[in-house]
Amino acid sequence: EVRQFKLARAKEIRNTCPYCSVGCGLLMYSLGDGAKNAKAEIVHIEGDPDHPVSRGSLCPKGAGLLDFVHSPNRLKYPEVREAGSSEWKRISWHEAVERIARHMKGDRDANIVVKNDQGVTVNRWVSTAMLTASASSNETGILTQKFMRSLGIVGTDAQARVCHGPTVSALAATFGRGAMTNTWVDISNADFILVMGGNPAEAHPVGFKWAIEAKKKGARIVVVDPRFNRSAAVADEYVPIRAGSDIVFLGGIINWLIANDKIQWEYVKAFTNASYIVDEGFGFEDGLFSGFDPAKGQYDKKSWNYAFDEAGNARTDPTLQHPRCVWNLMKAHYARYTPDVVADLTGSPKDGFLTVCRYLGETSARDRVGTILYALGWTQHTVGAQNIRTMAMIQLLLGNIGMPGGGVNALRGHSNIQGLSDLGLLSTSLPGYLTLPNEKAHPTFADYVARTTPKAQQPGQLNFWSNTPKFFVSLLKWFWGDAATRDNDWGYDWLPKWDKMYDVLQVMDLMHNGKVNGLIVQGFNPLTSFPDARKTAACFSKLKYMVVIDPIATETASFWRNHGEINDVDTAGIKTEVFRLPSTCFAEEDGAIVNSARWLQWHYKGANPPGEAKTDQEIIAELFLALRALYQTEGGKAPEPVLNLSWPYKNPHEPTPEELAKELNGRALADIPDPKDPTKFLSRKGEQLPGFALLQDDGSTMSACWIFAGCWTQAGNQMARRDNSDSGLGNTPGWAWAWPANRRIIYNRASCDPAGKPWDPKRALIAWNGERWAGADVPDFKIDAAPSSGMNPFIMNPEGVGRLFATDKLVDGPFPEHYEPMESPLGTNPLHPKVITSPAVRIFPADKARLGTHDQFPYVGTTYRLTEHFQFWTKSVALNAIAQPEQFVEIGETLAVEKGIRTGDTVKVSSKRGFIKAKAVVTKRVKALKVNGKTVHQIGIPLHWGWETVARKGYLSNTLPPAVGDCNTQTPEYKAFLVNVEKIVGA
Amino acid sequence: MTVPSLDIQRRSASPTASPEARNPAEIAQLIDVSVCIGCKACQVACSEWNELRADVGTCVGVYDNPTDLSSQAWTVMRFAEVEENGKLEWLIRKDGCMHCADPGCLKACPSPGAIVQHKNGIVDYNQENCIGCGYCVSGCPFNVPRLSPTDGKAYKCNMCSDRVAVGLEPACVKTCPTGAIQFGSKEDMKEVAATRIADLQSRGYTNAGLYDPPGVGGTHTMYVLHHADKPEQYSGLPNDPSISMAVGLWKGALKPFATVGLAAAGLFGFFHYITVGPNRADDESHEDAREEDRS
Amino acid sequence: MKEKLPQEKLIRRYSAAERINHWVVAVCFVLLAISGLAFFYPAFFWLTGVFGTPELARIVHPFVGVVMFVAFARQFFRYWHHNLLNREDVKWMVAVKEVMKGNEVGDIGRYNGGQKAMFWVMVLCMAALLGSGIIAWRPYFAASFPIPVIRIALLVHATSAVVLIASIIVHVYAALWVQGTIRAMVEGVVTHAWAKKHHPRWYRETTGKKA
Repeated sequence: EVRQFKLARAKEIRNTCPYCSVGCGLLMYSLGDGAKNAKAEIVHIEGDPDHPVSRGSLCPKGAGLLDFVHSPNRLKYPEVREAGSSEWKRISWHEAVERIARHMKGDRDANIVVKNDQGVTVNRWVSTAMLTASASSNETGILTQKFMRSLGIVGTDAQARVCHGPTVSALAATFGRGAMTNTWVDISNADFILVMGGNPAEAHPVGFKWAIEAKKKGARIVVVDPRFNRSAAVADEYVPIRAGSDIVFLGGIINWLIANDKIQWEYVKAFTNASYIVDEGFGFEDGLFSGFDPAKGQYDKKSWNYAFDEAGNARTDPTLQHPRCVWNLMKAHYARYTPDVVADLTGSPKDGFLTVCRYLGETSARDRVGTILYALGWTQHTVGAQNIRTMAMIQLLLGNIGMPGGGVNALRGHSNIQGLSDLGLLSTSLPGYLTLPNEKAHPTFADYVARTTPKAQQPGQLNFWSNTPKFFVSLLKWFWGDAATRDNDWGYDWLPKWDKMYDVLQVMDLMHNGKVNGLIVQGFNPLTSFPDARKTAACFSKLKYMVVIDPIATETASFWRNHGEINDVDTAGIKTEVFRLPSTCFAEEDGAIVNSARWLQWHYKGANPPGEAKTDQEIIAELFLALRALYQTEGGKAPEPVLNLSWPYKNPHEPTPEELAKELNGRALADIPDPKDPTKFLSRKGEQLPGFALLQDDGSTMSACWIFAGCWTQAGNQMARRDNSDSGLGNTPGWAWAWPANRRIIYNRASCDPAGKPWDPKRALIAWNGERWAGADVPDFKIDAAPSSGMNPFIMNPEGVGRLFATDKLVDGPFPEHYEPMESPLGTNPLHPKVITSPAVRIFPADKARLGTHDQFPYVGTTYRLTEHFQFWTKSVALNAIAQPEQFVEIGETLAVEKGIRTGDTVKVSSKRGFIKAKAVVTKRVKALKVNGKTVHQIGIPLHWGWETVARKGYLSNTLPPAVGDCNTQTPEYKAFLVNVEKIVGA
Repeated sequence: MTVPSLDIQRRSASPTASPEARNPAEIAQLIDVSVCIGCKACQVACSEWNELRADVGTCVGVYDNPTDLSSQAWTVMRFAEVEENGKLEWLIRKDGCMHCADPGCLKACPSPGAIVQHKNGIVDYNQENCIGCGYCVSGCPFNVPRLSPTDGKAYKCNMCSDRVAVGLEPACVKTCPTGAIQFGSKEDMKEVAATRIADLQSRGYTNAGLYDPPGVGGTHTMYVLHHADKPEQYSGLPNDPSISMAVGLWKGALKPFATVGLAAAGLFGFFHYITVGPNRADDESHEDAREEDRS
Repeated sequence: MKEKLPQEKLIRRYSAAERINHWVVAVCFVLLAISGLAFFYPAFFWLTGVFGTPELARIVHPFVGVVMFVAFARQFFRYWHHNLLNREDVKWMVAVKEVMKGNEVGDIGRYNGGQKAMFWVMVLCMAALLGSGIIAWRPYFAASFPIPVIRIALLVHATSAVVLIASIIVHVYAALWVQGTIRAMVEGVVTHAWAKKHHPRWYRETTGKKA
């Protein structure tokens, strides 16, 4: 007499979870069996057991997706909030599109900069900015890129800017690519797992499955974090640390590894730049690297490079004896980071620190491998990129890069933020990690090609970026189709050129100064996501128009609504016209998203969206067509990029995901002959290309994103493949498709010794079989380059090796150095008291005035996510609101006693920039730390609350952190800032 | 009422035995507390599958939400911060029905078929037959069943008997990100537990063990505990639970005594009457009798 | 309201109010016993059908219990002073075997030792049933008590109910056996002979006659 099984004949649809970057497989069940007369409605969602990563699991967010699809906060109709109004008004799609297009054209015509002072065509439209989604499909993303750049928008970012920007710059500067090196499943091959700068058990629970699997096989897990979090709950050891002192800890590890000779010597000598000799001009003194210009607050990076010989090759000393070789400079640099200094500056107990050193040191053996799982705990600092760099260096010293079970595993936040980074939805980027032209460096096409195509720095290196012209021309052919010809440099001048990075902090500062009139927000909630929320709201109030495209109600769209202390704004005084356009969510569209391990996974639509909601592609297309019609009929400024834009879609009003995915892959625009046999062709005109190797720089191919070439070939949609068989060590090459070229573990050539034999026979991923490289994974190497060829494993780097010394790739130094957070609880930097915070930081005067000091705000605040919630989405999801209903902060017992706070009390947490009120969770899990002779208390601030909510209404946690970012990428410093806390009496 | 399945071991308040010929495999759910990250995916998946939505509560100063089991929350995570000898542990336990081999709730239930124990070990409530007396609440040694404030009927985890019946695993098991909840035959689960316990012991948890309390005949939800010697550290998991003596007497010894007592009272009267006959007070004779008596 | 005595020589034993009170208790008891036994004995569960549905039986049972208790409480205050034990009652109890044979023992007042014992057993059972019943009463009160207390309450409730039912069986039988007794609780009167035989002292006290 059990309940009837409710899914017996329901229709089953495959999809991918839209929350984090683990990319778990979903089975969605819809009402009815798909018959024409049945209206599909999603009635149940559970995990896909075939999925190689999730294997049927879903975390509390994924498990609650049904209530996201059916959230009462889903948007159903286009609406407008007129200037000064306190209400939404329903309007038709037609009216919405017409009014928005009119706003955009007016602003573009008035403010686009066609030529700069030097007469260079720049086509730059700064006064309208666009924020793009983090969970939308690649197909939405690429269409957005096309739309945006054709208009000249440069003030644009995706969530990558506020999350993993530093990962891209740090890892690319070290290994050549800015992505997670290994895969989720591969984590289970590790002997040791360091969790630091991240909390995967809470932020990536299903990915963390594979850390637990490793543990079940005997691996040790250590968590280093300011809080004893849910990752620590299942770790072998937990080591507390002061937020913002990671480089001390990691630098201390480098020092310890060197001092205790725990180095994979063969690897270091062959595969890193340890032996490279550094230019005479390079130096480091009193906290400053050579070349600092105090007036500009910037480094001149000229001296941060190798010494080159006449042939342009970097000089090396394989014996490592040369005093200026990277090895010796590095050794000297980190000699200061002794265990005592580490304990004193980080607050970590010395024995805990040494435990981490010992565990990591063990992995220097050939048959021992360790990995690191990190996320925003490292990126969201002024030294974000350098935090990650330090760990990347450690992994090179231990020989753990390229190894199964090794790597630097950047756990991306949003479900497709990897893909949208790949698609270049960042202010200075283009798809495939090509750079958007800069007005100074790349005034002409020839300059661009010359400056962005590197030359090999060692003989015989693959130097893959030497193919840049092929990728770039194919991209321009995608943008402007037949209009892009050799004669007009493939339409090069139609792309906007940047003069400075228009990252979100820059755009907000411009907005603050009244220089931005319009903001288009697609699947983003900047009011909640950007630092210094009160300033953000004030900035939005200065806009003439705002367009929000989202499936759910966001605080951004209703920033003008007064919610008392929570959002104390003068509604009538805000003259911004706000359009709110309902879009579909994951369950209602086809497309591909890219998980953290670079897998492009295709998903399918399960039901129609609620009300009049439309797909992003349709919305973008409608806006574009309306704008183009205006330029056609009325003319206007710089119309060519818009009028010439290639828009070859069968239904121009609704480009399909299939059409766009095929464009991402690219196709031949002419027959491509086989250079080895002119009678044969590698690809015929109109065919989908098999991979990026066929891209041409003569206009005979097009591809919207060269690294995705191979995702939709003549053989069909590779992203929809579902063969989950294991080719070895948990590799599933037949499942979906991974960039680049379906490689799953990148730099995997380095898993073999210089002679081509696996370092560890038990971890044989690929090997040289005498003729070619072959094995369980696609070799990340020239397939037929013999070990004796001298070609080195890091094929994206012109020197072919991993960089311990980052040369001039980062703006704040070739070696990571500890600088205090902009708001330091110490007020000094004991390593170099004259240079307390990062000298290369970019901070605007308005934001500098909003920094607090430790005498007023004595405690370290750090923000983070809880496992029950995903950013600011799931507060609209009943199941998640039930699991974690109300805003709280975490306070250690010692501080609570000092402040008379009991668990469950309401407290006020304030910074220089504002305050929040929340319940107090008084816990043993946050300990007071002894740092530089004083006691430092840390306060944990989960970030999921707001007023568009099914959960309890709460304050925007980002009211508290300062608007200052990582030196390289401007990712805001959310993880370490100063606050005060007090009990609210009578609450 | 639906037709009782042949796969029922026991029905509440049903004095006659269920069909016994068929013996499906005994299943069990194994909760490995040592790899549980307290993410609450199991809670959410349970509510989603079973179509339950508890009220949006408040933060009471701990991570526990919903703060307790209810008719709308059949499983909840309970968090305990335990610090011993300077080592802090965050012991997180998924609380819910243990599916006892000897279920106290079933023993206490007065309504035939409101509680059934399937042969595979699942203890399931059939609200159709539930009368809302709450005896199951008192009968349970683990404090699991809860009455609904709206319909008055008792609810608890049924180990997704509808899924198990068609060969699927329970929703919580399937969703668990770290494999802290596993599902299979009870025998297999014991073997899995043994390997986990060996691993924990090798990591210094010398008291690691399996929680399968014999006092209730074993359970079909079992825990791997790193501190099996102190189950109460895990938010009050009972050490050596069994059906309470009061419930045992009430549903056990009292019945035969009552039967004998009530029957004796009735039968005594009957036989007394037919042997001694009625006690009449005839006016005259009585008068006489009184006279005689007084002498 | 004056009752009209019939022709025979009769003595009023119970007023109309007393008789109503008694029968309220009695009807409540029957309902409670039916539902209670249904909950206690699975084999008697069908008895809940008397109430429409099992669930209704469960809902109604405690309310009827409260009515019974209140009605019984009224009786308690009416009769408690008649039920104080004295030496004659002890004599009666010791010689109960003789009593069973139909012979009278001792100079019995309004109630004999058996009736008094029955009275106090009922008082105890009623108190125990009410107290334990409230503790176990869902959904109103049980949630306020710890589960171990509820368990004991359930045991006490069932035990005292069994004792009470058994006692009531004896009570009813005694009324049937001692003929003329039912009339006391139906019509409110007994014959002189009845009174003289079973309750001689009460007879003397009420009639003023020396029997």
